[in-house]
Amino acid sequence: MSKRVGSEQRRVSATVAQMSLPLFPSGSDPGPSFVELLRQTRAAGARLPSGAGSEIVGSAGRQPAGFAATLIPGITHGTTVVALRYDNGVVVAGDRRATEGNLIAHRSIEKVFPADRHSAVAISGAAGSAIEMVRLFQTQLEHYEKVEGTCLSLEGKANQLGQMVSANLQMAMQGLVVIPLFAGYDLRLKKGRIFTYDVTGGRFEETDFHATGSGGRDAKNTVKLSYRERLGRDEAVQLAVAALYEAADEDTATGGPDAIRGIYPVVATVDAEGYRRLEDTEVAEHFRNVLERRRERGEGGVS
Amino acid sequence: MTMPYYVAPEQVMKDRAEYAQKGIARGRALVGTTYDQGVLIVAENPSSTLHKISEIYDRVAFAGVGRYNEFDQLRVAGVRHADTKGYAYSREDVDARSLANVYAQYLGQVFTHEMKPLEVEILVAELDPVGAAHQLFHIAYDGTVSDEQRFTVLGGEADAIAHRMAARFRQGWPLGEAVVACVASLSGPTRTLRADDLEVAVLEHGAWRRTFRRVTDGEVAQLLAHGEPVEIAAAKSSGAEGESPAGSVDQSGDDTGDVPAGTA
Repeated sequence: MSKRVGSEQRRVSATVAQMSLPLFPSGSDPGPSFVELLRQTRAAGARLPSGAGSEIVGSAGRQPAGFAATLIPGITHGTTVVALRYDNGVVVAGDRRATEGNLIAHRSIEKVFPADRHSAVAISGAAGSAIEMVRLFQTQLEHYEKVEGTCLSLEGKANQLGQMVSANLQMAMQGLVVIPLFAGYDLRLKKGRIFTYDVTGGRFEETDFHATGSGGRDAKNTVKLSYRERLGRDEAVQLAVAALYEAADEDTATGGPDAIRGIYPVVATVDAEGYRRLEDTEVAEHFRNVLERRRERGEGGVS
Repeated sequence: MTMPYYVAPEQVMKDRAEYAQKGIARGRALVGTTYDQGVLIVAENPSSTLHKISEIYDRVAFAGVGRYNEFDQLRVAGVRHADTKGYAYSREDVDARSLANVYAQYLGQVFTHEMKPLEVEILVAELDPVGAAHQLFHIAYDGTVSDEQRFTVLGGEADAIAHRMAARFRQGWPLGEAVVACVASLSGPTRTLRADDLEVAVLEHGAWRRTFRRVTDGEVAQLLAHGEPVEIAAAKSSGAEGESPAGSVDQSGDDTGDVPAGTA
């Protein structure tokens, strides 16, 4: 080998034991799919670091059929998430409470995540499986983008998530239901879009707004009453915050704003510029406005 | 019955090395270096779709020269390795050194055991998230790894290009100056490379988790037009002038400008 000029050259020992390079014969190449890669790597008998490819991608269910996970103490559930469209994007918001039965398991869990630069995924249901699903989904989208050199279309991303929900069906039958809410900015159609799922992985596109989780009905109704076409970004954020406030008012499993601890819902917007999470101070300001408006209307009637 | 010929192992290795070197020397070269905001990789590549430089992970980039199909296969394997590792452990556990070792093992194994060695040289670069201790791992066709501190050159005429780079290199230089120097080193005194002959990408400190960014042709043209040659920049104090080449974004992007010829 020729000597390189002007550069400190140091031989590095290449003998440190590592995972070997994942190469596949052309017949079993996983292509741009990360889920398929995990499956292939395990099929090939390669030793994966423990934990890679959990129940979501593989065979589910070590528990007897018909076992209701809701009975198991210690399964954490996430609750209310809401998404709505505005004139040039979408708002996604979720409260911060996780419950275990009738106890509050966590006060500051996060249920809204960036899926990639131009989409967000919000989760409700069994928190453990849901967060794992989000992690796999994020990796899947980024993996595709890097291998192929282009992003998946928003439609493609929504379908991918549907397949993951459907792969979780067996777990869902046992009570570990995960229902994601997917929203993103479609760079081709130049608008925000919202997708919802059922437990079988069925994928449905919502026109303007949707909410899921235990407080989802209240949140959805709140949005429904005030929604109109071509909302501005700030108005849409305000409406999402109001929806979560109403959900927390009615549903014990949904957490309201916690001014003492400084815990506020996660609110994020996705538009042509990409995913952006609002600062807590911004969300707090929106909450103050919501409460102010309620007070002005003389509301607070007791049902 | 035919008797197999005896060929000395030295001869076998020499032939393979020659074969690989010839294949690599036919391709166009590539320079990787550090600058004040991160890592810069500049490749001579007239194609705008078949990339030589690409993203592996949040802070790790890959670049290859030689046979496209061979280094692209390595690139995809690198992405798979990194994503699997990041998913199984944590995103911050993915680093260039371990990836470089895996590449080195594979290339070394192919070189000694297969009929045909891979005609590629690759670069695995990592951005230091806090300081300026960025890493450049250069892996040769036979699996030799070298860890470069300042810059590294891959591909045909690597020695001549490295000579020219050595004359211009300055620690912590701004992006404009670094791009101009890399391009001048790649082109040599007799040629001029324009923005559309080049592929430029950086790993840069920023707000976003993924630090890899392709520098567009328009931006490259601007940097080439406004980046100062090293003599002038070195004469000035390294104060406010240092960031002017990268900062001047108000100019129109279609001015390709002349590349200062290398003097080494």
